[in-house]
Amino acid sequence: MPTFEYAPAPESRAVVDIASSHGLFIGGEFVEATGGKPFKTVNPATEEVLSEVSEASADDVDAAVRAARTAYTRVWSRMSGADRGKYLYRIARIIQERARELAVLETLDNGKPIKESRDVDIPLVAAHFFYHAGWADKLSYASLGENPRPVGVVGQVIPWNFPLLMLAWKVAPALACGNTVVLKPAETTPLTALLFAEICQQAELPPGVVNIVTGAGATGQAIVDHPGIDKLAFTGSTGVGKMIARSIAGTRKKATLELGGKGANIIFDDAAIDQAVEGIVTGIFFNQGHVCCAGSRILVQENVADEVVRRLKRRLGTLRVGDPMDKNTDVGAINSRAQLQRIEELTAVGEKEGAERWDSGCALPTNGFWFRPTVFSNVSQTHRIAQEEIFGPVVSVLTFRTPGEAVAKANNTPYGLSAGIWTEKGSRILWMADQLRAGVVWANTFNKFDPTSPFGGYKESGYGREGGRHGLEAYVKTGSEQ
Amino acid sequence: MSARVDVRKTYKLYIGGKFPRSESGRSYEVMAAPSGRRATPRFLANAAMGSRKDARDAVVAARKAQPGWAGATAYNRGQVLYRVAEVMEGRRAQLAQDVRDSEGLTPARAEAVVSAAIDRWVWYAGWADKYPQVLGGLNPVAGPYFDISAPEPTGVVAVLAPQASSLLGLVSVVAPVVVSGNTCVVLASEERPLPAIDLAECLATSDVPGGVVNVVTGRTAEVAPWLASHRDVNAIDLTGAADAPGVEWGELELAAAENLKRVLRPGGSGPEAVEPDFEPTPGLSRLSAFLETKTVWHPKGR
Repeated sequence: MPTFEYAPAPESRAVVDIASSHGLFIGGEFVEATGGKPFKTVNPATEEVLSEVSEASADDVDAAVRAARTAYTRVWSRMSGADRGKYLYRIARIIQERARELAVLETLDNGKPIKESRDVDIPLVAAHFFYHAGWADKLSYASLGENPRPVGVVGQVIPWNFPLLMLAWKVAPALACGNTVVLKPAETTPLTALLFAEICQQAELPPGVVNIVTGAGATGQAIVDHPGIDKLAFTGSTGVGKMIARSIAGTRKKATLELGGKGANIIFDDAAIDQAVEGIVTGIFFNQGHVCCAGSRILVQENVADEVVRRLKRRLGTLRVGDPMDKNTDVGAINSRAQLQRIEELTAVGEKEGAERWDSGCALPTNGFWFRPTVFSNVSQTHRIAQEEIFGPVVSVLTFRTPGEAVAKANNTPYGLSAGIWTEKGSRILWMADQLRAGVVWANTFNKFDPTSPFGGYKESGYGREGGRHGLEAYVKTGSEQ
Repeated sequence: MSARVDVRKTYKLYIGGKFPRSESGRSYEVMAAPSGRRATPRFLANAAMGSRKDARDAVVAARKAQPGWAGATAYNRGQVLYRVAEVMEGRRAQLAQDVRDSEGLTPARAEAVVSAAIDRWVWYAGWADKYPQVLGGLNPVAGPYFDISAPEPTGVVAVLAPQASSLLGLVSVVAPVVVSGNTCVVLASEERPLPAIDLAECLATSDVPGGVVNVVTGRTAEVAPWLASHRDVNAIDLTGAADAPGVEWGELELAAAENLKRVLRPGGSGPEAVEPDFEPTPGLSRLSAFLETKTVWHPKGR
């Protein structure tokens, strides 16, 4: 097979100015943290330090919650839905105006390929704000129950895999429904959230409606435990999700949890194989596999398994792994050293348990955190790599004979976030979709997202939905609710 | 002429469509609520005192029945549930007597409660083939995709039935759980369990498949923790934690977090749990509390 050489096509990083240090965004202004230990955020593709970020202490979180409460009672909950909507429209427009800057910053801080931050993350962020802006004055039409009202102050803790997009998923519906927020971005990817704070200033969003506190687990816990928080929204691991569920047990805090997954991508023998192979690639190598709804388990019908694996390996050989700022790059850097270690650890276990390991053998940059696209075949259901979320560019291949067996294997996990089905037979798609215990089912496609489309899991993948009419439910109270 | 010696009923558990005694062999005295001029408590029956094992058996029965019940057509589920109301109407006399004794009501008030309970059941039965359209629908995504969201039952639900409202409250928490295709294990009101067993008899003599509703009587504080921590239970309704002796709902919610059960908290504010007023027509919140939303995408193309 011929190898194509691509000339480098680097995006310029001159479009973004990164301050050498950042404060917290509380009450509409950047303030210095009290007491926490500042930490560095690095570019995972180069290990270069990008900036120093403040660690919010419990006192800082308290100040943020108080600012949010004041903004809630004095301004935001009293404002008409139409006016709230106008602020959200402004934010959506500013995000579009500054899209390139945001995309570059996201790629620098996260390690994802610029073509993904530019073409997927940031456009979806703008779309989420635009979509929810329109809901702000239409909540009584949303079948949410009688007299929908805001919940109050919302604490939001988001992960590092889609930093600004997860912010948008959380902030846009909260604000549209009349709540104010205290949001903590992940410690390895705080920069776009801090740039978003500037966008709120440009939009002249009333001070305190959005507060951004940076930090790690302790800061998140301070938000979860703060008595002034009325509702929590968390995206992250199932382990932390359970801790949050325990922390709020016996209180009146509401919560939505969007947690881990071990999605099955099911390929039948009548599927369009090349399209299915592209679907596998999108399913697990998109965003370096740092996707909670990734199709990390391929279930392929036995009679086409060899063919699918052969074509998959050939396709993986053409993926360009490397500099995320290069517009040709398909797979970027692993987000952090800790995550790389976890991926290395679990893949070593996979080999030890007897699965057959293959990777594309591509060259990797010397600095930064990297992992080659990897395929495990001869995987059985009891292997840890088939049960645990790896959150990296690693896929396990299992086989099945009948649709019933595919369903049983796909559902054999404590998770229930996503699944994929590849077949040309429509009736089978609909039957399979009914049987799969997963919140999102992609048929003949994978990893598609839209602000109008509810997203969230069954079982230990969490509860509540984000996006669409359904996503509003968590941000309102109705009827006689106190 | 002497009065006829009446034939009294044995009140047992309802698990998997059968009426077993507690495997523990235990029972407890159920007394009538004080009413009128009567000074001394009046014995009503010995109810089965359900155990951990009974609760687990009930979960097994509920799990086994769940796929079939969820797989029935919505029209079928609606008719099966409507049929329960028909059977309740036929058993009014006993329901009214047991509600009257349990809650200390006047005959007229007890009749009114039974009527409201039957009407509530009919109200929920009618939702079977309607809530999916109200709560689901097409999502207008920005691309050539057919994208649809539909509600599905969450699975097996543990229900702590209200302690005071022994029939209307019971019906108001059970019907919204099962109408969507969930199955349930109901922990009956501890001191007022008899109407729950009457309802079980109505279910058993209608067309509701065995295992869809399972009723355990006994001490809430003893059995509820096993349901809250059970790994094969998907959700728990804590409504009946209000006024249940020795029950802290926060502890049950804590146990439920282990497998991220969906939790419907009891009414009230702060740590206090208050039994809601079941008289007004409910909204959809009890139904939607035990639903999952599934979204399916498919490309469009020529």
